[in-house]
Amino acid sequence: MTEGGSSTVAEAQRILTEPAVGARRPSTVARSVSVVAVLVVACGLSLVVGSYPIPLSDVLSAIVSPGTGAVDTIVRHVRIPRTISGLLAGSALGVAGAVMQGLTRNPLAGPGILGINAGASLAVVTAIALGVTTAGGYLWFAFAGAGAAALLVYVLGSLGRGGATPVKLALAGAALSAMVGSMTTVVTLLDAATLDQYRFWAVGSLTRSGADAAAAVGPFLAIGFVLAVAVGGSLNTLALGEDVARSLGTRLVVVRVFAASSVLLLAGAATVIAGPVAFVGLAVPHIARILAGPDYRWIMPLSALLGPALLLLADVAGRLLVQPEQLQVGIVTGLAGGPFFLYLVRRRKVAQL
Amino acid sequence: MTARRDTLLLHPAGRGVAFRVSKRSVVLTAALGLCAGAVAVLSLGLGEFDLRPADTLRVLGGGGTLIEYDVVVRDRLPRAVTGLGVGAAFGLSGAILQRIAANPLVSPDVIGVNAGASFGALLVITVFGGAGAALVLGGLAGALLTAAAIVVLALGHGHGGYRLVLVGIGIAAMLSSAISFLLVRAEYRQVLSAASWLTGSLANRGALHVTIIAVTLAAAVAVLLVFGRHLRVLELGDDVASTLTGGAGRVRPVLITTAVVLAAMATAAAGPIGFVALVAPQITRRLLPGGPARLAPAAATGALLVIAADLAARLLFAPTELPVGAVTGVLGAPVLLYLLARANRIGHTG
Repeated sequence: MTEGGSSTVAEAQRILTEPAVGARRPSTVARSVSVVAVLVVACGLSLVVGSYPIPLSDVLSAIVSPGTGAVDTIVRHVRIPRTISGLLAGSALGVAGAVMQGLTRNPLAGPGILGINAGASLAVVTAIALGVTTAGGYLWFAFAGAGAAALLVYVLGSLGRGGATPVKLALAGAALSAMVGSMTTVVTLLDAATLDQYRFWAVGSLTRSGADAAAAVGPFLAIGFVLAVAVGGSLNTLALGEDVARSLGTRLVVVRVFAASSVLLLAGAATVIAGPVAFVGLAVPHIARILAGPDYRWIMPLSALLGPALLLLADVAGRLLVQPEQLQVGIVTGLAGGPFFLYLVRRRKVAQL
Repeated sequence: MTARRDTLLLHPAGRGVAFRVSKRSVVLTAALGLCAGAVAVLSLGLGEFDLRPADTLRVLGGGGTLIEYDVVVRDRLPRAVTGLGVGAAFGLSGAILQRIAANPLVSPDVIGVNAGASFGALLVITVFGGAGAALVLGGLAGALLTAAAIVVLALGHGHGGYRLVLVGIGIAAMLSSAISFLLVRAEYRQVLSAASWLTGSLANRGALHVTIIAVTLAAAVAVLLVFGRHLRVLELGDDVASTLTGGAGRVRPVLITTAVVLAAMATAAAGPIGFVALVAPQITRRLLPGGPARLAPAAATGALLVIAADLAARLLFAPTELPVGAVTGVLGAPVLLYLLARANRIGHTG
């Protein structure tokens, strides 16, 4: 971003003219294939591992020819929904993180750090306190809260010169989390029963929502993914700076609206499915970037694969770590993701992407 | 020039040592301190056993009956003194951090010290079933460990305040996962007792809490009398600071440590009372325009904020008492958003 104008324009033209797939080195394709393999392994582990381990052959037979035995019931009513939740929430978080980082040109962007989880939490507490009792009822509150928080943080973080810098956005997210957190506390203090329900919602988990939730948010996920794919190329030009992007013909307003809508839909849907899950949306695009370089047309599909792989592996780890109990996936990602965030912060060029 | 005219030189120890203080700052500190004292007296007289302020003062002076002495001095005074001390500590902590980071949004709440204290205390409540002194110890250990981690990870050349902020945010996010984990595993009864502590409360404070906060404040004042003057250089930024004085790199860790220890001790004594450390220096800056937030007035502002918020928390839903942190949280949050919007618009956040 900081080097001379002529070289950035040349770089922009190279990226713009280069076909997304054909000109890639074979190693990138090979890496993508290995990511798919990792995801398949993660799905397999998620189906097999648990407090009641089921051999892979039994899992397969339960899927292919479902019977009425205990094993078949566990596979069909516990393991498969849990794995599907992980697939949906993970890919939504991964792509949302990638779009956020591209949109804000900010390596620290992610749904957790930017206050989206906190916004969803306040909305859900409000829903519980208002007497909403069904999981289906929480869904829409979580969705609205996540969206409102994302919007507020982005608007607050983009005020002033320089737009949404990493520090401004992270501060806006932390400040909003602190504020919303204190409101959440007041609601729970005034009503002990709400507190008791809320504390379980507050940790992200893949076990809480079933097929109905997945079906309810499915359309939003689909629209979010389509929007993300649509802005992929524009995020590449945006990465060269706003002025260069504009001179290359990128319509900044359109791109921003599309990208922001995509983030709202994806992050909101992920929160609806799994509750607050920290750091997955932050970390996944970085891993994708290491594997495939800076092209967002590669980063996005890789994030869509890596997100669920990471989330499912974290979920499997949570099942194994404190046997016979289980750690919720949100706790595993929160504790494991923190050091990753600190690593990003401690790198010298934190402000650049 | 006005600064020169405003300056007062104090020579408390003969010719060897001199402290330069601002007259306006002294006057403001005294005025805020008087207000805080007045609110404290009012608060001491309120409760099931009501006293008029004049009677409260008489009792404090040693002139009351045995019952009056019991109620005011033994029951209520620790709460008021803890509140005043904790407020002053938060105010000081916020002022130091905001000046070092040159950022109006930095405070122990935002950078994770309070989350550390909460985690420590929660661990004591839910895992060991502790209360009282054990709770204070847990909160203290959590806050100090977190503070140490933040300071160690944030040190380094060329990053100054921003790295401190971002490291703190990362640690706070991690700790919030850990807190959720403890809350999910805890019994309902423990969750209820934890909830009040996690908000920040002055109820049932005693000699232990008063001692903690008094010792901390005394130590902090001693450190600040020696190193506080370097703040004026440090807030010019890393580069200027190291050009002007070679010692800037050595002084910054001392001041950051002082600030986080103040917040840690205050949180151990009263729980994480939100937003006081953030708001107090900002109020001070507006009362003394044209300069950075001065430390003594910020401390007095913090004391006034906490003692007034506690009074409000006792009166608002009487006879039900809210924890003081609920009041500061609800009142402080809009201030935070305003500061954020304003700081971004004038380009202070970076």
